[in-house]
Amino acid sequence: MTPRQRLWAFLAGMAGLAAFYLWGLAGLPGLGNYPGPYGFIINQIAVRQTNATGVVSAVNFEYRGFDTVGEEFILFVAATGVATVLRHLRGERDRPPRDEAADRRVPDTSEAVRMTALILTGPILLMGWYLASHAQTSPSGGFQGGVVLATGFILVYLAGLFLAFERISPVDITDAVEAVGAGGFAAIGISAVVMGLAFLTNFLPLGITPGAVSSSGTIALISFFVGVEVAAAFILIVSELLDQTLLIRQESR
Amino acid sequence: MSSPAHLAVVTPYTVTPALMDALQVTILVLVAAGATMVVLTRVPARQVIALSVYGLLLAVLFLAFQAPDVALSELTVGAVALPILLLLALAKVRRREK
Repeated sequence: MTPRQRLWAFLAGMAGLAAFYLWGLAGLPGLGNYPGPYGFIINQIAVRQTNATGVVSAVNFEYRGFDTVGEEFILFVAATGVATVLRHLRGERDRPPRDEAADRRVPDTSEAVRMTALILTGPILLMGWYLASHAQTSPSGGFQGGVVLATGFILVYLAGLFLAFERISPVDITDAVEAVGAGGFAAIGISAVVMGLAFLTNFLPLGITPGAVSSSGTIALISFFVGVEVAAAFILIVSELLDQTLLIRQESR
Repeated sequence: MSSPAHLAVVTPYTVTPALMDALQVTILVLVAAGATMVVLTRVPARQVIALSVYGLLLAVLFLAFQAPDVALSELTVGAVALPILLLLALAKVRRREK
């Protein structure tokens, strides 16, 4: 294929894509004009049915909880995949965590970055915990909370404390915590089946006050487990990649 | 771009529809500019920083369009987690090139 033919093939493809894209755009409802019935129905009934005022969480962990199980396991499998691909192969060994090119002048982590990261670590962890455990009351949820929690751990690394990051998130424990998070979600769903209800039926008491922390039954519980799973998965992925930068890939001898 | 009249709830924090429209248009333009900036940045390490700023802009966009939960996700994943992963990958690639 000459460059000229390739250009024409590209242009034809682009023209087709643009045509379908514009056709699709023309069929979209205008901004703010939601045509479907479900959004309005959910707005009417969600708080009464679930006692959760975080209606997005009620949708995620209750009305379409089955989809969320799938999404949860996407992340679980992704973390497992990273851990598998980046495992130590034969002939690979860990680089000792010391500078191997001492003559090269590497700037230290600046005091400003270090201080900011250390000061933020506590509040960020608290924020993540709050988000993961208050899905039923306000816009938040396990996914957001979990990622924020993981960010708290990453801040320790950003403060220049790589060894501390490794110590507070050993891979074995992170692995186990991730499994507990993912398994907890599935276990809640299966518990309902054991009780003779449909998978993921909200079988816990919903509480009396809508939006109270103790309200919404399994929604709060599932969100918490999702938070645990997501936090562990992200920490696992980041620490596996960090390990890679310390790994020496030896040629076979 | 204003919400339908039957959904309007007036609170002390309510802004006029015109102001909200202006905010939404502004942030849409900023997001478009941010995306262009990411594409036009050719140095990978700088591109990651640009991408992080772009993630922050997207988070504000989602907030302006009344999706605070998506904004939270975008803030943490787009502005923090993804750039960290990319920076680590860059560090690894550079080490191998030496």
